[in-house]
Amino acid sequence: MRFEYAPAPESPSIVDIRSSYGLFVNGEFTDAKDGELFKTINPASEDVLAEVAAAGPSDVDSAVAAARDAYENRWRDLPGRERGKYLYRLARLIQERSRELAVLESIDNGKPIRESRDVDLPLVAAHFFYYAGWADKLRYAVPGREARPLGVAAQVIPWNFPLLMLAWKIAPALAAGNTVVLKPAETTPLTALHFAEICQQADLPPGVVNIVTGAGETGRLLVEHPGVDKVAFTGSTEVGRSIAQSVSGTRKRLTLELGGKAANIVFDDAPVDQAVEGIVNGIFFNQGHVCCAGSRLLVQESVADEVLDTLKRRMATLRVGDPLDKNTDVGAINSAAQLARIRELSEAGTAEGAQRWSAPCELPERGFWFVPTIFTGVSQAHRIAREEIFGPVLSVLTFRTPAEAVEKANNTPYGLSAGVWTEKGSRILAIADKLRAGVVWANTFNKFDPTAPFGGYKESGYGREGGRQGLEAYLA
Amino acid sequence: MTRTVADLSDVARSAATLRTFLHGLPGVDQVGAEARAGALATRSIKTTAKARGIDLAIRMIDLTALEGADTPGKVRAMCAQARSPAPSDPSCPSVAAVCIYPSMVRTAADAVAGSGIHVASVATAFPSGQAPPAVKLADTRAAVADGADEIDMVLNRGAFLSGRYLDAYEEILAVKEACGAAHLKVILETGELATYDNVRRASWLAMLAGADFIKTSTGKVSPAATLPVTLVMLEAVRDFRAATGQVIGVKPAGGIRTTKDALRYLVLVNETVGEDWLDPDRFRFGASTLLNDLLLQRNKLATGRYSGPDYVTLD
Amino acid sequence: MPDHTRLAIRKTYKLFIGGAFPRSESGRSYVVTSVNGDFLANAALASRKDVRDAVVAARKAFPGWAGATAYNRGQILYRIAELLEGRRDQFIAEVGGEAAAEVDAAIDRWVWYAGWADKLAQVYGNANPVAGPFFNLSAPEPTGVVGIVAPPDSALLGLVSVLAPVIVSGNTAVVLAAEERPLPAVTLAEVLATSDLPGGVVNLLTGRVAETAPWLAGHLDVNGLDLTGVTDPELAATLERDAAENLKRVTRPRVEPADWYAEPGIDRMVAYLETKTVWHPKGV
Repeated sequence: MRFEYAPAPESPSIVDIRSSYGLFVNGEFTDAKDGELFKTINPASEDVLAEVAAAGPSDVDSAVAAARDAYENRWRDLPGRERGKYLYRLARLIQERSRELAVLESIDNGKPIRESRDVDLPLVAAHFFYYAGWADKLRYAVPGREARPLGVAAQVIPWNFPLLMLAWKIAPALAAGNTVVLKPAETTPLTALHFAEICQQADLPPGVVNIVTGAGETGRLLVEHPGVDKVAFTGSTEVGRSIAQSVSGTRKRLTLELGGKAANIVFDDAPVDQAVEGIVNGIFFNQGHVCCAGSRLLVQESVADEVLDTLKRRMATLRVGDPLDKNTDVGAINSAAQLARIRELSEAGTAEGAQRWSAPCELPERGFWFVPTIFTGVSQAHRIAREEIFGPVLSVLTFRTPAEAVEKANNTPYGLSAGVWTEKGSRILAIADKLRAGVVWANTFNKFDPTAPFGGYKESGYGREGGRQGLEAYLA
Repeated sequence: MTRTVADLSDVARSAATLRTFLHGLPGVDQVGAEARAGALATRSIKTTAKARGIDLAIRMIDLTALEGADTPGKVRAMCAQARSPAPSDPSCPSVAAVCIYPSMVRTAADAVAGSGIHVASVATAFPSGQAPPAVKLADTRAAVADGADEIDMVLNRGAFLSGRYLDAYEEILAVKEACGAAHLKVILETGELATYDNVRRASWLAMLAGADFIKTSTGKVSPAATLPVTLVMLEAVRDFRAATGQVIGVKPAGGIRTTKDALRYLVLVNETVGEDWLDPDRFRFGASTLLNDLLLQRNKLATGRYSGPDYVTLD
Repeated sequence: MPDHTRLAIRKTYKLFIGGAFPRSESGRSYVVTSVNGDFLANAALASRKDVRDAVVAARKAFPGWAGATAYNRGQILYRIAELLEGRRDQFIAEVGGEAAAEVDAAIDRWVWYAGWADKLAQVYGNANPVAGPFFNLSAPEPTGVVGIVAPPDSALLGLVSVLAPVIVSGNTAVVLAAEERPLPAVTLAEVLATSDLPGGVVNLLTGRVAETAPWLAGHLDVNGLDLTGVTDPELAATLERDAAENLKRVTRPRVEPADWYAEPGIDRMVAYLETKTVWHPKGV
């Protein structure tokens, strides 16, 4: 019997998307003074969702000034337990409006509603809860250090987990006593703007959180602004590098969370069915738009055929389509630009001699889509083994011995994450020891928790987000 | 572990080879397996899919009476419901089988005669299996003689858990022979096996020994059927087919009470072994109260109104 | 319009065991008066059997509470703070004295502890760089069932300050409320009962501390004992001796009077934590 799942749409009527949004500065929504307007679209349909202000130089000035004023007069000297209470309020409000925010995230970003509902939003709330509890315990955060905030933090976040990246930035910054000016990504501004409303509902003192929307230029103005004490950036290594250059010689503190090309290493004694789930999760979760994605499968040669057969069979059950359908596994690619890049690198893969495979799949007519794809016969010399594709494309390489696996895994300028699959505990720990990666997932993948520090080695950036270590970036 | 489509009959030629084979199967990561089952449980099955799923689930039920207090009257009442689950609605399908103790087989066989409903008898000193082998075989033969066309036997857990795999295997072989034409389901009693690795091994052991179906539980031990345990068994059945070409069925039993549960199992089957297992010849539910909940949900889909116990058969 | 003042419905003050509110199995009660000597209530007078039942309930609740994620415990404790805030006026009426300040401090104290649930392991646990190819981790775990004698000098803030640190890490508790002023404890029990806290995690007994404490101190299925509220040094010494029978982790009474308003530090949490150190070789 054919068991077709009927459409199971999540209703978008739960969220009220305005036709246009201003900037959020000093506790109020305000039009951009010298910026323009840009449009944000739904990548699954290419429909325009709203017009959004792009902040220009004087807007960024106002926002930084508002943050400075709030820091000195309304936030820094507040007792920690009171700051914590504001963060608890934000956490609770996020929980209360969770479904609405999840639907909005899926509409603006393209990710499946099941993911924004079950993964993104719970983590967003959890981050605020976790850091709320640190606000009045800062003396325990870093041994021997008298904890003081830095001041005004400029925060620029990417489009792949818009609200979650906002939580990762704002929660620890506020808990530590700083105020923030945050720029969401140009293609995904909406959940940040609705978060601004939540700040109003929480009665957060004006200027503590400021949201300036815009594109690369707004981001540059913000991080280069002389009035900020701290810069936090998540995005591409290329931009991260230029930010690091721009803060040289200043007093600004910097943390960066950049790209990756993680190796997911599967040994011959791996629990096969769960390893395949881990491979699928590692590269197709969030359409592969994940900095820590397991984009290189390193499979032990003796089990490569079996693992690949199981993987292909499993890929055939992935449902690609409408992000608001509750049964969708793989949603839309976030933008035309990203889709073009994924296509370009995939074509390069074929040109380099790798073999391309994807399960048969019908894609919608409008919108940006890419079918989950694997390339086998890949070697470390290929572009698709070295460059971050940031899409649902897996490059498969083989290895013979543990040492070879480690060598290949580390043979990259990146160092964000890695996966290890084996039933042997001591092997997990020995390999984890040798991997030059900030996050090692053993017999699992893409697990995140507000208590667990996350961040990269080498050109994947520096600094950690989450956990006790995540506070350090925001303390003097 | 690499396996080709090989002849696996050699595997049980000695206790040592059988043990080596079973222990060479890939391990199961508990957290990963439970996460996969949990993710599949979030599938949203609505409207037309739900309606088809409900009717399919009804057709897959082994309606069960396995109590010390069972009487011929009780069994006849259950068989009447099996034939006609919704008396006021002739479009409602009947169930796959009735499942009773050997002493009730004749009563049940008479009660369902001509309906196409199978008569499944538990046997082999169900539920514990703690009896001499001769007694267990006699139990089986008696049920078959009285008219059972399916036998639900219990795995010898004592033998399995003490590593005497070949003993457990040979017992199943003997029972299969005593079944004659009757289909054999082997109950693994997964709640007593305790680990998913054991569930995988026991599944393979039973299939190698000739089981037509592998079944999770007797329903007398908690935990009984769960989604992750059934997932592991479905994976074993999938791999067994890839290795041998043989198609073995799966029956979760015990603790499946609601339509939502049943639909989750169907999703599990669909996305693990594929839609050709969505058939009463390859998948059954061992349940009693589930039927009424399926009927209530069926009513709601048909009428648009929530229903209640007064509108289904209670006996 | 009625021509008389409306009569109030008075509350019955019972024990809190296993999430329910039973009277003492002994059927006894004792008179609780206000600072002016006015009659306030007949509170339940707990017996040794009530202590026994409370310990059974606490033990039963322990695996579930200790096995919950730290995040979950933190969420539940925060929810309790929300409910405490909702009953602020009621507590102020029952606490007396510097009531508003004490009630506010008690609620904030509860929030402070709620935020520790998912941070304790980070502050009080660590990896250890042993001299060999081994992964080595020390992690804190809750000790089990803890008996607590609540401080008589601070019926709400003091109570919160000895109770929250015990349960935030996963321990369950049997609390002997301040004898003379037990009413805030019973109202706290009502808050706990309407929160998501599983029954049995906190059990609260009102009555004569000198009568019930020895049964708690000598109980072999109790793992920890907090004697903060025992003001008689001889009784404290006796209880500590009784507790030694099964090597309970004991907190002695303070020598100086406590300043309940001061930020506590982590000692009260650490007192009821075990540290588990796990070794695992590293090798391919």
